[in-house]
Amino acid sequence: MSNRKLIYLDNNSTTPCDPRVVEAMLPYFYEHPGNAASRNHPFGWEAEDAVDLARQRIAALLNVDPKEIIFTSGATESDNLALKGVFEMYKSKGNHIITATTEHKAVLDSCKKIESMGGEVTYLEVQPDGRIDLEKLEAAIKPSTILVSIMWANNETGVIQDMKAIGDICAKHGVLFMSDATQAVGKIPVHPKEVGVHLLAFTGHKMYGPKGVGALFVNRKNPRVKVTAQMDGGGHERGMRSGTLNVPGIVGMGKAAEIAMNEMESDTQRISKLRDKLERELTTRLEESYINGDVAHRMPHVTNISFKHVEGEGLMMTFNQEIGVSSGSACTSASLEPSYVLVALGLGDDLAHSSIRFSLGRFTTEEEIDYAIDALVKGVNHMRDLSPIWEMYKEGIDLSKIVWSEH
Amino acid sequence: MAYSEKVLDHFKNPKNVGTLDKSKKNVGTGLVGAPECGDVMRLQIEVDEESGMIKDAKFKTFGCGSAIASSSLATEWLIGKSLEEAGNIDNMDIVEELALPPVKIHCSVLAEDAIKSAISDYKEKNGITA
Repeated sequence: MSNRKLIYLDNNSTTPCDPRVVEAMLPYFYEHPGNAASRNHPFGWEAEDAVDLARQRIAALLNVDPKEIIFTSGATESDNLALKGVFEMYKSKGNHIITATTEHKAVLDSCKKIESMGGEVTYLEVQPDGRIDLEKLEAAIKPSTILVSIMWANNETGVIQDMKAIGDICAKHGVLFMSDATQAVGKIPVHPKEVGVHLLAFTGHKMYGPKGVGALFVNRKNPRVKVTAQMDGGGHERGMRSGTLNVPGIVGMGKAAEIAMNEMESDTQRISKLRDKLERELTTRLEESYINGDVAHRMPHVTNISFKHVEGEGLMMTFNQEIGVSSGSACTSASLEPSYVLVALGLGDDLAHSSIRFSLGRFTTEEEIDYAIDALVKGVNHMRDLSPIWEMYKEGIDLSKIVWSEH
Repeated sequence: MAYSEKVLDHFKNPKNVGTLDKSKKNVGTGLVGAPECGDVMRLQIEVDEESGMIKDAKFKTFGCGSAIASSSLATEWLIGKSLEEAGNIDNMDIVEELALPPVKIHCSVLAEDAIKSAISDYKEKNGITA
């Protein structure tokens, strides 16, 4: 093993905790140990003050009222609370929910549960660029529809939806609009009220905060939205989420929100330049490489590229001692299923199996990107030298005419 | 998931990568798997017509590291074996040698299929009935 620093290009999985965030959290483990719900001594007051400040900072980032922020354990819990909570609260009005096939599993599996509870769910297919077809969305709304749930930005491709247009459609039909904004909050401007989003799920650890803390924005006025609690207990968080508040985690998430607000613009400028360089170099130096998703509406730090006739997991193995990325190919089960998100974009299974997701971050350097470019070029060439289908392709054999022995 | 040293070694320095002339009568070719499934293995054997022994073997594989290591190992084992001995290579031998985890057993199955497919292609070409 060389003494080279490991290169982390998997920031959509989780971001490192910013050292300034860690510093802000530390006093709340020992020096200020209070429970924010202890209303009658200084320990509790200190904790409550710290939580209040964090709530204000997070609310400021979203341009919402602090009272509209409900703390949870993370985006998965926030998605569950929003979807199941709305369904339970509003099921007397209707049982129909609309979402999309490219959503995160936390949304899709919550919807599956809602179906088992008597709900009806429409899973919209997306366009080849990954965006929602607005006409199809509007056509799917019916009198029993209570909620539309569309993610702000996709975790695998970084594709950003036209949130304002979707919000307008929901408003026109009087339907609630929820968004899983896990990948977007803290990285691009996310202002739910300006686009008509009534519930917004997000988490600390994708915005340089700690793991184990997240939040749900719930609109309080016009309309006043309520969700049925999924966790019963002491009635914390305005009764919507019981459980002792994770004070150090919340403090950290608040600090992360404050930093994001101040540095979003400069981070974006710097990171998107590096992303563009990575993308440009790889697609020009490696023939038959394709960018997945709508490049015009995309997160500034993400690129998802398919390298034809190279299997993603194998490719990763050529450099994964040094570089951390993600592959759309999950070659870890007998079914060998490729990414359902890429398949939903209309990619053939072969291109889906050949994809790599690069997600850069605040701490990514140009030197690291240069190193990654060379490693990727070397890796793809190594894998193509080994690939029988690359050889056939180069010989001009039509691979679609071959009878494969599927297993 | 961490890979075993042996898998890493075969992956980084694969043995017997290449292509034999499949038009030759004494070359048997096995092509198994499918791009849609995430792995395709092509394994070829060249048989010495006098002795009936496998004198060369080559592979190319589209797949994960374990699939590549399984086929690289298979070619190593094939060279110097008779067709009968080659046909007796069991996927579990590959699993054991490479210390493949359960989720990667299908890679070894694919390698066994490729061996059997190459042998039967050779036999077919040469009019040998099983």
